[in-house]
Amino acid sequence: MTTTTNHARRGDTSTEGSSLPPRPHLPLGDGADSLPAAPPSSRRTGVARPLGVGLVGLWLSVLVLLPLAALTVTSLGEGIGGFWHAVSAPVALASLRVTVLVAAIVAVVNAVMGTLIAWVLVRDDFPGKRIVNALIDLPFALPTIVASIVLLSLYGPNSPIHIHLNATQPGLLVALAFVTLPFVVRSVQPVLIEVDREVEEAAASLGASNWTTFRRVVLPTLAPAVISGTGLAFARAIGEYGSVVLIGGNIPRKTQVASQYIQQQIEIDRPLNAAAVSVVLLAIAFVTLFVLRLFAGRSLRREEDAQ
Amino acid sequence: MISVIGARRSYGDFAALDDVTLDIPAGSLTALLGPSGSGKSTLLRSIAGLEQLDGGRIVIAGRDVTGVAPQKRGIGFVFQHYAAFKHMTVRDNVAFGLTIRKRPKAEISRKVDDLLEIVGLDGFQHRYPAQLSGGQRQRMALARALAVDPEVLLLDEPFGALDAKVRADLRQWLRRLHDEVHVTTVLVTHDQEEALDVADRIAVLNKGRIEQVGDPVTLYDRPANDFVMSFLGSVARLGGALVRPHDIALDRDLERARAADARVGGSPGVIEAVVERVVRLGFEVRIDLRADSGTRFAAQVTRAEADALGLVEGETVYARATTGPDAAEIHPALAI
Ligand SMILES: Nc1ncnc2c1ncn2[C@@H]1O[C@H](COP(=O)(O)OP(=O)(O)OP(=O)(O)O)[C@@H](O)[C@H]1O
Ligand SMILES: [Mg+2]
Repeated sequence: MTTTTNHARRGDTSTEGSSLPPRPHLPLGDGADSLPAAPPSSRRTGVARPLGVGLVGLWLSVLVLLPLAALTVTSLGEGIGGFWHAVSAPVALASLRVTVLVAAIVAVVNAVMGTLIAWVLVRDDFPGKRIVNALIDLPFALPTIVASIVLLSLYGPNSPIHIHLNATQPGLLVALAFVTLPFVVRSVQPVLIEVDREVEEAAASLGASNWTTFRRVVLPTLAPAVISGTGLAFARAIGEYGSVVLIGGNIPRKTQVASQYIQQQIEIDRPLNAAAVSVVLLAIAFVTLFVLRLFAGRSLRREEDAQ
Repeated sequence: MISVIGARRSYGDFAALDDVTLDIPAGSLTALLGPSGSGKSTLLRSIAGLEQLDGGRIVIAGRDVTGVAPQKRGIGFVFQHYAAFKHMTVRDNVAFGLTIRKRPKAEISRKVDDLLEIVGLDGFQHRYPAQLSGGQRQRMALARALAVDPEVLLLDEPFGALDAKVRADLRQWLRRLHDEVHVTTVLVTHDQEEALDVADRIAVLNKGRIEQVGDPVTLYDRPANDFVMSFLGSVARLGGALVRPHDIALDRDLERARAADARVGGSPGVIEAVVERVVRLGFEVRIDLRADSGTRFAAQVTRAEADALGLVEGETVYARATTGPDAAEIHPALAI
């Protein structure tokens, strides 16, 4: 039997996108003892390091940490009880519920539609593909209030197509789906471009239908990109203000989202309420992003293990 | 048995396959040999159904599969760059074809274990492809292709991404594997040594056409034309004829060379040449020569012969072909 020790390795553990989806770390069988030990994660060292860390720390402190700390302090101005009272006010709670619910739906819709759009843009050829490709980023580039006006003119009270979404939750969905459109598309697209077509051909030669190939071979490769795009879309959606401001209608307990509630509380001079709800939003966003990081880190580690 | 009948495939006005007709006997290991861009992959992928023909037919084991999807052709395909399912373990990779056919778990287990043993990967079940060497990955890919009991096994430069030593080992191994499993195998390669080494039949392709088909000995000794001759081994041009360097004899004495040459029917004659360089390559010695016409060629002799001749650079020698067209070893069309 040939034992191969020396080999040319193809750079096929390359892009971040091709990173493996998370899976329970399988107990290793007989081959475990000969498994290469995971190398210590590479760490760059050098004189620049303390300086770099210091600079990054300062920058983050000034821009992110200090304001957030200040916000948290404000929200606790009347103690934990005050904070709790502010957050659990029915209207506040309702606005948070609407926000998270709508954002979650939008995230799921994005995961499916974004992947589909990315697929069509990468795999299919049709006239005007370049234009469509450029259009994807438009909702992102547009001031969100413009998005709101655009949607209002189409779906508002004077809708030319007689679809009235003004001041309804579907209206919120449309507005949020509009502004979060690019996230999944743009995170999946580059990964899909890099996907090795021969892997799909291999699956086909083994008898897998197109759908089976997609589900069992392509999707696992895309999953990290889909999930990270979806997470970003979700995070963006829970904080969105501008695009929902006109079409949402700002109806408490119905279409008022958390950011609108915060705005309203500021206007009626209740900074503590505003701060408390802000902190909750912040926590939700942070947890979402943190879980994503964890996830990405895990697939990355898996790849490193594999080297 | 695979029959390719009048296969055509064009990219724009460029004909990647130009009326290719080829029979691949059942149970054989046939190599498709040709230079880069000659259409080897296109032909192999057409047999697999991964590429559509513009014209012609493909028949596998008596069934016309032209227009049949690759899924339904009963083929196994191995790619140069492994095409491993990176997110699956070795075991799941090999089991893939069986899993999607929803075979019973026990059967899958048994089959996968058998195959992993055959390809020398038992104990590697739970590794991921990235945790294997290139050669191991390719063996995994081979086991994966064999798992579905394909009618034919198609390999597109399977050892192309591996270094020379591993490549040589693996092709020997493939030969032994083929002798064990007997599945009709088509191997694409641009390496004539690989083709001569493993295949029992070789089809030489050039510019989308088949130049010659035959067993390795025939192709080497009786090439149908200039192209096949040059492609299957090094050649020297001696007085207008193509001769293998090891079929050139050197002599310091003109009369003796002429006398020997007279015994070889239709030989290109004795050529006077100047020794430019003597290169010792282990057992063999290559002597670079320049004929008085100015053309350069090389003769290959054994070390003992070289020592007996005792040639030094700048000396004049007389070269002749030791085999002539009458012995059918120089292509007739080329001998003058
Ligand atoms: N998708 C394509 N579009 C245009 N031309 C193509 C395409 N695929 C192959 N060709 C052309 O067809 C010819 C044959 O290609 P093929 O891949 O079969 O060559 P090959 O013999 O396998 O070469 P190599 O040894 O380099 O792999 C080449 O000249 C190539 O440029
Ligand atoms: Mg090729």
